[in-house]
Amino acid sequence: MYPILKKEMLTPTICRMEVEAPRLARAAAPGQFLIVLPDEKGERIPLTISAYDPARGSVTIVTQKIGASTADIIAKEPGERFRDVVGPLGQASEFVAKPLEELRKERFIFIAGGVGTAPVYPQAQWLHEHGVPVEVIIGAKTRDLLIYKEEMTDVCDALHICTDDGSEGFHGMVTALLEKLVAEGRTYTQAVAIGPMIMMKFTTLTCKKLSLPCTVSLNTLMVDGTGMCGACRVSVGGKTRFACVDGPEFDGYEVDFDEAMRRQRQYMAEERETMERHECKIGRS
Amino acid sequence: MAERIPRVPVREQDPKVRAHNFEEVCYGYNTSEAQLEASRCLHCKNPRCVGACPVGIDIPGFVAKVAAGEFAAAAEVIARDSSLPAVCGRVCPQETQCEGSCVLGIKSEPVAIGKLERFVADWAHAQKANHSEMVPEKSKETVQKGKRIAVIGSGPAGLACASDLAKWGYDVTIFEALHKAGGVLEYGIPEFRLPKETVLKHEIEEVTRLGVKIETDVIVGRTVTIDALMGQEGFKAVFVGTGAGLPKFMGIPGENLCGVFSANEFLTRNNLMKAFREDYLTPIHAGKKVCVVGGGNVAMDAARTALRLGAEVHIVYRRTENELPARREEVHHAKEEGIVFDLLTNPVQVLGDEKGWVRALKCIRMELGEPDESGRRSPVPIPGSEFEIETDTVIMALGTSPNPLIAQTTVGLETGRRGVLVADENGATTRPGIFAGGDAVSGAATVILAMGAGRKAAKAIDAYLNAQ
Repeated sequence: MYPILKKEMLTPTICRMEVEAPRLARAAAPGQFLIVLPDEKGERIPLTISAYDPARGSVTIVTQKIGASTADIIAKEPGERFRDVVGPLGQASEFVAKPLEELRKERFIFIAGGVGTAPVYPQAQWLHEHGVPVEVIIGAKTRDLLIYKEEMTDVCDALHICTDDGSEGFHGMVTALLEKLVAEGRTYTQAVAIGPMIMMKFTTLTCKKLSLPCTVSLNTLMVDGTGMCGACRVSVGGKTRFACVDGPEFDGYEVDFDEAMRRQRQYMAEERETMERHECKIGRS
Repeated sequence: MAERIPRVPVREQDPKVRAHNFEEVCYGYNTSEAQLEASRCLHCKNPRCVGACPVGIDIPGFVAKVAAGEFAAAAEVIARDSSLPAVCGRVCPQETQCEGSCVLGIKSEPVAIGKLERFVADWAHAQKANHSEMVPEKSKETVQKGKRIAVIGSGPAGLACASDLAKWGYDVTIFEALHKAGGVLEYGIPEFRLPKETVLKHEIEEVTRLGVKIETDVIVGRTVTIDALMGQEGFKAVFVGTGAGLPKFMGIPGENLCGVFSANEFLTRNNLMKAFREDYLTPIHAGKKVCVVGGGNVAMDAARTALRLGAEVHIVYRRTENELPARREEVHHAKEEGIVFDLLTNPVQVLGDEKGWVRALKCIRMELGEPDESGRRSPVPIPGSEFEIETDTVIMALGTSPNPLIAQTTVGLETGRRGVLVADENGATTRPGIFAGGDAVSGAATVILAMGAGRKAAKAIDAYLNAQ
């Protein structure tokens, strides 16, 4: 069992929790993820790791309520426990293994969308701490849904905000802001986009236009997260890869996003049914 | 005279009823049935059944005890060689092992050794018999050796290895990647063949009662490495029993369409995550009509699971019924339940609709040609015979291969063909102190072979540590 140490609602539907998981905290690296099974009867839910603290033996996760299982995660309070937390899963970000001298010549731009901002944080932090130039774009529908603004300021050279409705920062999508920044003369050598699949698709297209390499982190369906089930398979460069063990990060240019988006919705009908059952159960209690 | 008694049939759930539930198919023998069946054993001077059992259970020995009504004694005989009798009695391919070698089988039907083993194990469980107390051997005299041994994977190989080592006084910890112990017994084999709460859980409890600790949610290679286990954590030896968990796909067009699943995904959702139960949240998609590609036990398990979830199910297999690698009983049960077998049929493409979902499986008819390296006649496509089977779900059950994670993250561990770990006949790998066995070494095989390999490696680990 994995006790919840802290909980904080970042928006009405996005929740940050610090969870005790000592082995995981010791092993985690930027780019990796974990799986939470909230209760015996719950689902194994892959979540990004937004911080890990080997000394405290804890990891921090950020969850957005999108279905019955994520609702169950968010419903937990400090002092309560998750049945299981397992990881770290997937490969660490490629830059972690690169020689620092080389890395310091790069100029990273992170493009973070919605809850995808949380996993950008440890990556930007790692680069910033190692003296690598890094800027971050955070995009959200509206200002109330922006997360990690203050935290991110501390771990990058420049933070750029945009909202779809113009309520804060640049009025428009992350792609338009990226183009604007480049047009203003800022130069980048590597983009990393993390967010909804559709946002990563269009960010990749924009990067292609700008001849900017773009890494994406795929949040596919998964069951075990160890390469056993293949629910997470994606076409990358015409080959089938497993996001859980080969990813989650891939070269965005090579990813078949349309297929990935279809596959992500594969259990929608079943999930709707579960959600209805689940909600009426909650309503009764 | 014994030969005149026909094999005692075992009672089973009516196929029409069981096609709609996940209760165990086979009820097993009651005491009088078991005693009658046991009395058929000829007690051959040279019992071929024992030689055909991968762990060499004294079969005539335990069968004689059953015939005499001494069931506790029968359980003791089995416990000397097997730590998972309730499992093996249910899932072993007896027809190619013990029962396949039974002399009675030449003229009539072999002794139902599997059903008797199951009877004994279930009886012992029902009596709340404590296996660890029943094991007559050295365990009690053995001094605790204190040395820590890590076993990676809690499937049949790991459980067998861990129980032997614990009996000999070692301090054993099993590391399991999933949230429940049992490996393929938990995530792979369905409830209707191997009930989890009443059978598997009990067998695992027997292992923990020996003092074996099980730490779940530890993915060795990710959460911790073998080097860290043998270094900081002080384990003196490691047994790798990580099985063969990676699903194979065919590599045909359309395999990533929505509605195409690996049997591993389908079965894990249903078994480990209990998707068939309304009170569990994990979804599963069985659709209206399912094609399961493959002919092994996993294919039968997936097919019969889909059937129970309400689908019309076809097995698509490229050879004939004679070559089906599944246990005979599973094929028989599948047919009784109404699974359709499309034999000499091989998929060439999965066809999708405009929304990216499966609409049909395009197949080609096959005929049998010359025998291949496995000795089976190899299937050859008949040119121009392509046709479509309309279906909304395709489940690929084409076999599995070992997970490369441990080999990738442990220096000095060599792998061979198809990613299996290189190990000698006693399980010693290419790195001192690390042993391996089961599907991780052999490639996908059976529960009993994995158990046998786990026990051999336990002996080798004991010898290795004694020599230190």
